[in-house]
Amino acid sequence: MSAIALIFTLALLAVFSYWLGRKRSFAVVNGEAWKLHSLPSYYGFYTAIWCGIPALFVLAIWMFFESSIITHLVVAGLPEDIRSLTPDRLNLVVNDIKNLVTGNIVSAEVDPSMRAAADHYIHLSNISRAALTVLVLVLAIAGALLSMRTIRREKRARNAVESIVKIFLIASSTIAIFTTIGIVLSVLFEAIRFFETVPLTSFLFGLEWSPQMAIREDQVGSSGAFGAIPLFAGTLLISFIAMLVAVPIGLMSAIYLAEYAGKKVRAVAKPLLEILAGIPTVVYGFFAALTVAPFIRDSGGLIGLDVSSESALAAGLVMGIMIIPFVSSLSDDVINAVPQAMRDGSEGLGATKSETIKRVIIPAALPGIVGGILLAVSRAIGETMIVVMAAGLSANLTANPLEAVTTVTVQIVTLLVGDQEFDSPKTLAAFALGLLLFVVTLILNVIALHVVRKYREQYE
Amino acid sequence: MANSHKYTTHIVRAGLEKRYKKEARFRRMGLAAIIMGLIFLSMLFISIIGNGYTAFWQTFVQLEIHLDASVIDPERTRDPEIISAADFGGIVKKSLRDMYPEVSGRRDKRTLYRLVSSGASYYLQDYVVANPEQIGSTIQLWVPADDDVDMLMKGHFDRDKPEAERRIKDNQIAWVDKLVDQGRVESRFNKTFFTAGDSREPELAGIWGAATGSFFTLVVTLLLAFPLGVATAVYLEEFAPQNKWTDLIEVNINNLAAVPSIVFGLLGLAVFINFFGMPRSAPLVGGMVLTLMTLPTIIIASRAALKSVPPSIREAALGIGASKMQMVFHHVLPLAMPGMLTGTIIGMAQALGESAPLLMIGMVAFIVDIPTSAMDPSTVLPVQIYLWADSPERAFVERTSAAIMVLLMFLITMNALAVLLRKKFERRW
Repeated sequence: MSAIALIFTLALLAVFSYWLGRKRSFAVVNGEAWKLHSLPSYYGFYTAIWCGIPALFVLAIWMFFESSIITHLVVAGLPEDIRSLTPDRLNLVVNDIKNLVTGNIVSAEVDPSMRAAADHYIHLSNISRAALTVLVLVLAIAGALLSMRTIRREKRARNAVESIVKIFLIASSTIAIFTTIGIVLSVLFEAIRFFETVPLTSFLFGLEWSPQMAIREDQVGSSGAFGAIPLFAGTLLISFIAMLVAVPIGLMSAIYLAEYAGKKVRAVAKPLLEILAGIPTVVYGFFAALTVAPFIRDSGGLIGLDVSSESALAAGLVMGIMIIPFVSSLSDDVINAVPQAMRDGSEGLGATKSETIKRVIIPAALPGIVGGILLAVSRAIGETMIVVMAAGLSANLTANPLEAVTTVTVQIVTLLVGDQEFDSPKTLAAFALGLLLFVVTLILNVIALHVVRKYREQYE
Repeated sequence: MANSHKYTTHIVRAGLEKRYKKEARFRRMGLAAIIMGLIFLSMLFISIIGNGYTAFWQTFVQLEIHLDASVIDPERTRDPEIISAADFGGIVKKSLRDMYPEVSGRRDKRTLYRLVSSGASYYLQDYVVANPEQIGSTIQLWVPADDDVDMLMKGHFDRDKPEAERRIKDNQIAWVDKLVDQGRVESRFNKTFFTAGDSREPELAGIWGAATGSFFTLVVTLLLAFPLGVATAVYLEEFAPQNKWTDLIEVNINNLAAVPSIVFGLLGLAVFINFFGMPRSAPLVGGMVLTLMTLPTIIIASRAALKSVPPSIREAALGIGASKMQMVFHHVLPLAMPGMLTGTIIGMAQALGESAPLLMIGMVAFIVDIPTSAMDPSTVLPVQIYLWADSPERAFVERTSAAIMVLLMFLITMNALAVLLRKKFERRW
């Protein structure tokens, strides 16, 4: 049976054993359900859990190890001359065998020994599938029957079911931690391997970025320099332009919406601005590349400026548009959190509304606003699609927004999309950049969240 | 005393006009900021719709085709297999040569063949297999025009430009004009765009493959993220003791919400693909990566929904003898469900529009076939948009914009659904 059919059968069996368990609970008390410790359905759930969970657990473990064990066995059965190949070549051979098994076209002529190995593979996986099916079904049925036998009048089925549910709840809540650990470990390990070939200092302080590695000794133009300074500069330049757009517009519109706008204007303008936050970044990227970049290039041409068609200005401008609703809704929150009494006090002393805003509300809300802006900066640094589509690939170290620059995220994408060998410094460099990105955004987020929380506490 | 009083009001009065002006200026600045934001929004929409609406139509060309029996079915078997193996491309070319007998020379002929799409032979094949009795006769068949002709007909190429700067040459324009004069050119609804997979030829490319991939990815995301998110929220809100461990979980969730999406892609590549050996480009892996990405959104929304259920409900349930688990699952959870669903829909909308992490796990390949399961290599709508945006053909610009319109339609529907749900079930206790 295929895995999906097996899971489906298991589900059916579980439903059936729920019914069995429930019936059994009625039977042990001769239909007088009030004599039971738990409600009858709990006895059903109890049986269903014993039917489903152990079997599912075995199924998952089996599926996880099946492929590698079979591969190992097949490799062990290969002729001596193939087994003695280097690991890389051996991998290719194994791939060919797997392709033969699935019926795909293989790269080389089909060798009889390969054909035999493929047959061996099919044979082993058939055995494994059959064994798995039998094992899982036996486990499920045995689990259901055995647990059914334990049903008594005083059996605490509800407590048993509830403790299993609670284990599931606790396990789910740890996923966030495991995700963070997974992120840290996955980028850290590859980054450490990268720093074995490229020293940390030359990565962090090098002024040249050209990740093309020489494949042959005599190749020209493939120096393989991994200095990340131009990437930082490009990222900061684009983020800076984005913040120049987003902060004034976002902040001013938040102030207007919170302090001046009537109910009607607020009800219309706020959701409209928030549409900007819901638009996928790939759409912004397309907008930047198709409309904004040519517009900036052409208008620059009109006044005699030489503007690159992948200028940092275009990418930064569009990124700024994307971040406007982010800044405005965060500032809106903090401005609304300033107590009304402070406004009343200021206006009672004769200040105009704008004076109240500038001298009372903004200073009071400043920590919250700064926190929001920090979050926005971290989002700008990590934004990928806009810069991939609208910013350049060449690592220029420049502060001129009219030139093309590249960013950390662009380089991660370029290094990892397409064919890759996993051990070259080129792909490992992407993970080093990822680590850097993660650490920088993490620091920004922690500071920002801390600031915002402190600020909220102040007025609560 | 009276003197100084007079003096103060004097100063205030004198400054008043200036201060009111400042006030008005500040107010106008606020209004201008909002208007700027709205202008950006409308520019975005105008640019996308203006570029994309034409993609829903496709130019078709009527060819006069002689179905030569000696080419298609020399033995008169009428066997569909033999018929479909015939050289229909050659027949289409011959019909073009017959329609323009004046064209000579290899290069001119090759340009002539490019009047119709390279998919024209499939249209002819389908037609002949469906109507084998027509073999031997001459038929009039509508086939899709090449993307350059399509662009010319839609007015995206400037005829007044010098020939060297145009993608479409003078002789091609003359041929197309002749077809137009004969009434052999027609604009039809572009069904291919909604039913086909990706293609290198713009006139044969469609979004159905990417939409199916998006669907599978979202199903995986929903199946994983919703139960996990709700379970986490329930645990943290209802069961978790206040201790370091719970704090750690909360800090983690808040931080994950702000981690750049591309980092989740790196995690997927390193852990799911390289460590667990899962297939590249599969919606299953994509869905798992997007699950990790959307979980914080769902958890935060679900916790807010649980918080809004008043304690009296909990106390009432406990008071009549429910266990804590029964109280949560029978009373609190159903009341919080609308809020949780709203959060989930918003998280799903976020996942639908996301592309950066999917680039990392190889969902960026050129895939023609429509995926049939969550294990098949596939791509998703936003990545399809990214791929098309990179293509140089003018016709892909309008298809990219059209695909964006479709994607935005889905997103707007999902968000509208979330708003509706919130409006309908919102409850003030």
